[in-house]
Amino acid sequence: MLRYTIHRILLTIPTLLGVAMLVFLMLRVVPGDVVEVKLRGDGGNVSQQAIDAERARLGLDRPMIEQFGSWMWGVATLDLGKSMWTERPVMEEISLRLELSLEVAILATVIAVLIAIPLGTLAALFRDTWIDYFVRIVTIGGLSIPSFWFGMLIMLSLLGFFNWLPPITFTPIYVDPVANLTQLIWPAMAVGYRYCAVVARMIRSSLLEVLNEDYIRTARAKGVYERLVISRHALRNALLPAITVIGLEFTFLIGGLVVTEQVFNLNGIGQLFVQSVSRNDFTLIQGMVMLIAAFYVFVNLAVDLLYAVFDPRIRYA
Amino acid sequence: MVRKLGIMLGAVAALAFAAGTAQAQKPKPGGTLVFAISAETPNYDCHGSDTYATLHFSSPFYSTLLRYNLAKFPEIEGDLAKSWTVSPDKLTYTFTLHDGVKFHDGTPLTSADIKATYDRLRNPAEGVVSNRKATFADIDTIETPNPTTVVFKLKAVNSSMLDHFASPWNCVYSAKDLAADQNAPRTKINGTGPFVFVEHIKGSHVAGKKNENYFKKGLPYLDGFKGVFTLQAAAMLNALQGGQVLAEFRGVSPAERDRIVQAMGDRIRVEESSWTLNLLVAFNVEKPPFNDVRVRRALLMAIDRWGGSQGLSRISTLRSVGGVIRPGAPLATPEAELVKLPGFSKDIKKAREEAKKLLKEAGQENLKFTLWNRNLAMPYTPAGIFLVDQWRQIGVEVEHKQSDTAPYLAGLRSGNYDVAIDFSNLFNDDATLALTKYLSHSKNPLNLARANDEEIDALYEKQLREGDIEKRKGYIRALEKRLFEQAYQQPLFWWHRIVLTHKPVMGWKMSPSHNLGQDLAEVWLNQ
Repeated sequence: MLRYTIHRILLTIPTLLGVAMLVFLMLRVVPGDVVEVKLRGDGGNVSQQAIDAERARLGLDRPMIEQFGSWMWGVATLDLGKSMWTERPVMEEISLRLELSLEVAILATVIAVLIAIPLGTLAALFRDTWIDYFVRIVTIGGLSIPSFWFGMLIMLSLLGFFNWLPPITFTPIYVDPVANLTQLIWPAMAVGYRYCAVVARMIRSSLLEVLNEDYIRTARAKGVYERLVISRHALRNALLPAITVIGLEFTFLIGGLVVTEQVFNLNGIGQLFVQSVSRNDFTLIQGMVMLIAAFYVFVNLAVDLLYAVFDPRIRYA
Repeated sequence: MVRKLGIMLGAVAALAFAAGTAQAQKPKPGGTLVFAISAETPNYDCHGSDTYATLHFSSPFYSTLLRYNLAKFPEIEGDLAKSWTVSPDKLTYTFTLHDGVKFHDGTPLTSADIKATYDRLRNPAEGVVSNRKATFADIDTIETPNPTTVVFKLKAVNSSMLDHFASPWNCVYSAKDLAADQNAPRTKINGTGPFVFVEHIKGSHVAGKKNENYFKKGLPYLDGFKGVFTLQAAAMLNALQGGQVLAEFRGVSPAERDRIVQAMGDRIRVEESSWTLNLLVAFNVEKPPFNDVRVRRALLMAIDRWGGSQGLSRISTLRSVGGVIRPGAPLATPEAELVKLPGFSKDIKKAREEAKKLLKEAGQENLKFTLWNRNLAMPYTPAGIFLVDQWRQIGVEVEHKQSDTAPYLAGLRSGNYDVAIDFSNLFNDDATLALTKYLSHSKNPLNLARANDEEIDALYEKQLREGDIEKRKGYIRALEKRLFEQAYQQPLFWWHRIVLTHKPVMGWKMSPSHNLGQDLAEVWLNQ
């Protein structure tokens, strides 16, 4: 197991290197850079000389291989450089927003998992009864309604029924947990609904399949209590595909909530991503892509390791 | 319809009366004003900016030499200047500064700071952006005989000079900061304004706290303010309705006003005014086929401004049809004269036939181009959609490309576009201010059409030096006629400003410009 884990961690290096090369090259292929947007973007008229000087200052006039090399050295030493737009360290720009995005993702995951597991299980156990139909309607609703639209409904409902809205600026959880949760629970619910629907449907179909397996029949034949059959033998195995989905969804939530962030006026990674792309802020885009790629790689690793925990038949050598 | 209008006007009048009564109350100190700013400034420097996003962010931290008295707009009053005199030949302006003014870092303000500020405005160093370079081109020398006196000597009479000194964009910076780095104001805030900078959380908000050493005793009333960036109109309106923010000072559309008034009733204050702001259509004359006057004229003639204003005024902040000066202002062209100019005909069918003929003559019957626009929903998006539809009606195919403010402005300044929706963001009705935009590109790089026209430059110069109002009007009309006949660029619609504030927000004054009165010094909370 340890050997497998080390092997997987080592494999992340070529994966991240590939991502780094791709994002670096793709950004340079697209015409334009941050300098023109930065110097002319506030409405002024700036000479070509000033633009060239700024390009040189930011190192954009150096050969591409040299730029890539110095960036990769920075990544290796955990220094992602400075944002070409704000001149602040990329890590600082990201960490300012990551806290919020990570918290929304965690809250949404908690909401989704807490609701999806019982819902999916009940739907499978009471297949083709009103319970199953109810769960199916709720989950199809979750899949059909875009998260941002559900977010709008939440906001308008809070306004319409309570004439109240959550705080508009972010307060870290360690400063004021109540203010923090009051702000973030709503976007977490908005994205958690779809997330919950995906997981619940996965658990339902997976559990239905597992319940027809021989070992379940054997367990029942041995006289094991039905509750134990479900929780220890059936659900544990049925959770495996759901864990993969949870991992993928969680990572998506880190940077993929652009519109939902706009609806709730959240200063998250998604908005930062869009802004940095529109400003051609190469270093910031590269930093965020690397961060999200690293999240994907490590969450996938965690999912694979969890497989072994849930299914004793799986042993990584 | 008439009844509905009557009820609406009655409601507005009642609100205005209630607002007036409330404004007379004695101000209460304390509290923090939270308001929305619907765009985030790219940097903090007023001198190089043309967007309200910078002023709504920076104004509370800075002072200017003069400013407009919004209660008696367009009357001018002193800000840092205690008093001023103009010599009989109108070539020397002498300002006496208030005593005891300090920058937020504790440095005393002297005439040297005024000189350093205006030197930066009129003659920026390499790498420094000043959008007011042309405005202050008439300043010959700036003298500082003593720490509280500053003397501006002009090369020639400039009938708009006092208005220029009252511009909200002339934030006064510290000479010491500028000596260290001419670009310091882009990233560092050190002013003499009523509020001291606390923080700017990028993507979230800007916060300021009361300047205890503010030179106007008893001000500001507020303990602090927080300007929250609400980039989406829906999020801003929700925040306003839910009380997360108490005001948005730029302006909302009529539909947005109606929604909030319906939901909040008498808890919200509505103030309306015509707006010293217009959207323009600009053709890049350096790019074929827009170097052909027939093509440019055809495209302007195809726009049904009179019909469009009726529809757009219901859903957007766009309302009035006008020339280069705000409709209704003393120097504006009356409607009877305006309709005779290219692009303003009320007989749109005939105008479009003429437009098609011109395109055919120019060999551009199948014209296709990209319309470059800003991605602010109000009113840029409806304006863009409107134009695409208008040009479609003469067989022209247009791709509508919208972009964030910074890349949009960068694209415009670099000339990397075919046709653009530009804006003329004025802060008064002065003709010089309005006409500077149309000066030749060689004289004013902010002329987005990139056109060079000596006739326009000569007429601009004549109106600038003319003291007689009727003669000045004549020059302005001639310039306008030349501009529209050559069809380099043309105002599309003038805006209508509607500002919503929660009733407890007091002391803020409505004006025709969203660039004025944003230092928040006299704003207080009645709660």
